[in-house]
Amino acid sequence: MSHTEVFAPWDDPEATPLISCQDVTKRYGEFTAIERLTLDIFPREFFALLGPSGCGKTTLMRMLGGFEDVSGGRITIDGQDMAGIPPNKRAVNMMFQSYALFPHLTVWDNLAFGLKRSDMAKDQIGDRVEAMLKLVQLQKFAKRKPHQLSGGQKQRVALARALAKGPKLLLLDEPLGALDKKLRQQTQFELMDIQEKTGTTFVIVTHDQEEAMTVASRIAVMDEGRIVQVDTPGRIYEAPNSVYVADFIGDVNVIRGRVSALNGESAELNWGEGKRPIRATAGAGAVHDASGAFVIRPEKVTIATEEPTDRHNRVKGVVEDIAYLGNLSTFHVRLESGDLISAQLANSRRFANRGITWEDPVWLSWSDTAGLVLGD
Amino acid sequence: MRLSSRPVLIGLPYLWLLLLFLVPFGIVLKISLSDVAIAIPPYVPVLDPSEGWAGITGFLSQLDFENYVWLTQDDLYWKAYLSSVRIAAISTALTLLVGFPLAYAMARAPEQWRPSLLMLVILPFWTSFLIRVYAWIGILSNEGFLNQALMGIGLIDAPLTILNTNAAVYIGIVYTYLPFMVLPIYATLEKMDGSLLEAAEDLGCTRLQAFWAVTVPLSRPGVIAGCFLVFIPALGEFVIPSLLGGSDTLMIGKVLWEEFFSNRDWPVASAVAIVLLLILVVPIVLFQRNQERSA
Repeated sequence: MSHTEVFAPWDDPEATPLISCQDVTKRYGEFTAIERLTLDIFPREFFALLGPSGCGKTTLMRMLGGFEDVSGGRITIDGQDMAGIPPNKRAVNMMFQSYALFPHLTVWDNLAFGLKRSDMAKDQIGDRVEAMLKLVQLQKFAKRKPHQLSGGQKQRVALARALAKGPKLLLLDEPLGALDKKLRQQTQFELMDIQEKTGTTFVIVTHDQEEAMTVASRIAVMDEGRIVQVDTPGRIYEAPNSVYVADFIGDVNVIRGRVSALNGESAELNWGEGKRPIRATAGAGAVHDASGAFVIRPEKVTIATEEPTDRHNRVKGVVEDIAYLGNLSTFHVRLESGDLISAQLANSRRFANRGITWEDPVWLSWSDTAGLVLGD
Repeated sequence: MRLSSRPVLIGLPYLWLLLLFLVPFGIVLKISLSDVAIAIPPYVPVLDPSEGWAGITGFLSQLDFENYVWLTQDDLYWKAYLSSVRIAAISTALTLLVGFPLAYAMARAPEQWRPSLLMLVILPFWTSFLIRVYAWIGILSNEGFLNQALMGIGLIDAPLTILNTNAAVYIGIVYTYLPFMVLPIYATLEKMDGSLLEAAEDLGCTRLQAFWAVTVPLSRPGVIAGCFLVFIPALGEFVIPSLLGGSDTLMIGKVLWEEFFSNRDWPVASAVAIVLLLILVVPIVLFQRNQERSA
């Protein structure tokens, strides 16, 4: 691995984005699918649009592909305004959720379909198809029809076909949604590999947060037609800007209360009469003496039978449930206040004799920087 | 119990096939090999089992291919076959021309409309076929609605002669068999994934190119099925050419009818029917192969 410069064009004010959305709005009659969305995506990025179904992520992707017009605002791709430009005139290709492989054509002809309709010379088409087959390791399947392929092979044909014309931008609509979990994880790495090899900008739509975290250089978390947060997977996970994002990505414990102190990096949350305020890192939207929410990931909560007096943040509770996942165990602990907090332990030893079981009184604790206080 | 019920279950369809297809076919084949006679039934020989083995051999020795030879000697027959094939082929092409856009529009219509549209296509079957053909006489005749309307708007001065021509036969066949063309094409177009067209556009096709590159080849099984479903019955069609066609409309169904009822020549009529069946076997086998391949 060469440790060259970190790829982060979004931090570089000089960088020119490949895609630029300015105040993009999409309305269907009374319904607003996308509302005044502004977003820049840079060349060679692997950008994920993540959100629950109906959040507008697919609509945004279809607008980039030219399958939907924009009701307001402007989309430019490589500096060119895309208004009124049909899909066949855009240097953008799409990999469809259903793969949309032409059932009457062989794998070879599927890959050549777009090339035959470009200005590529006839004798070069064969070479290009062979190169694409090699890229997705399907050389042996060139003569097959789509119905003679497995789900994973179809997925790879769809990817190769979308990449064949060498688009500036590749749109992937839930590309791995139809694959089973094992294959999906393996394919995620293949996708990243191919993205790196070809240097194409990828925009992926997914509702699977793990998938987005794995493949993306940046993630846009969407909700009801708006972008809630755009950031790297690490920052989305560790520094969510709202309870919505924290809750959407991974598991999180949320305790609501009032922000009782705010100085610089740290904040305190008063979460009940007579309780020791929670000390945590100040996050987005935290305002002194306003309502706030403390969020912390289960793996950052330590569980112990003895009171950890060296930590400021410590609470007492009773183990209500234990979820054993093999690699991890999650303890759901009911606090005296009634809140339910989960704590996660890595099972680094086989059959560790920890002695914590159901109905046990336990202490939960976390460091002063493990959680965030957000505006609520 | 299980052992004895299985052969019955499997055997039942074969029994129906035997009774409803093979036995009648055997009778027609036998009659086609007989000679015409003024008797009841109007042909000889008739099998008389009471005479035993000598009766059977005597019966078989009287059968011959005379009637088939006759079909080749009088040019009426091969001309009628040829003319039927031509009329059926042209009608099939016309039905496809009308039916494909109809099926396409139905398949692209909003989903909640489709059952109603489908019902509209099937609706004519609820009235008698004969009445519908008669209705066309009222429309196409010299004083019919069509001529009155065309003269009314001043498009023509003298009435067009449509009734009792081949044109009327084409209209009748297209009208009658349209649902058989529309339904299979609709079925293939309706289950076509719309994202295929988007993918074609995404890969550089215009809408029209996408139609030719994706929709047309994918609808092929439906088009072929529809064409056979129209061609096969149109080839032997009798009612439409006899009601709407003229004296020069030569179709084998009409010849068959005349041999049977006017000439009372059952053996020749049966021979005509057997040859028609042989002509139909070719497209039917082709049709079967198409069905198997698309399955």
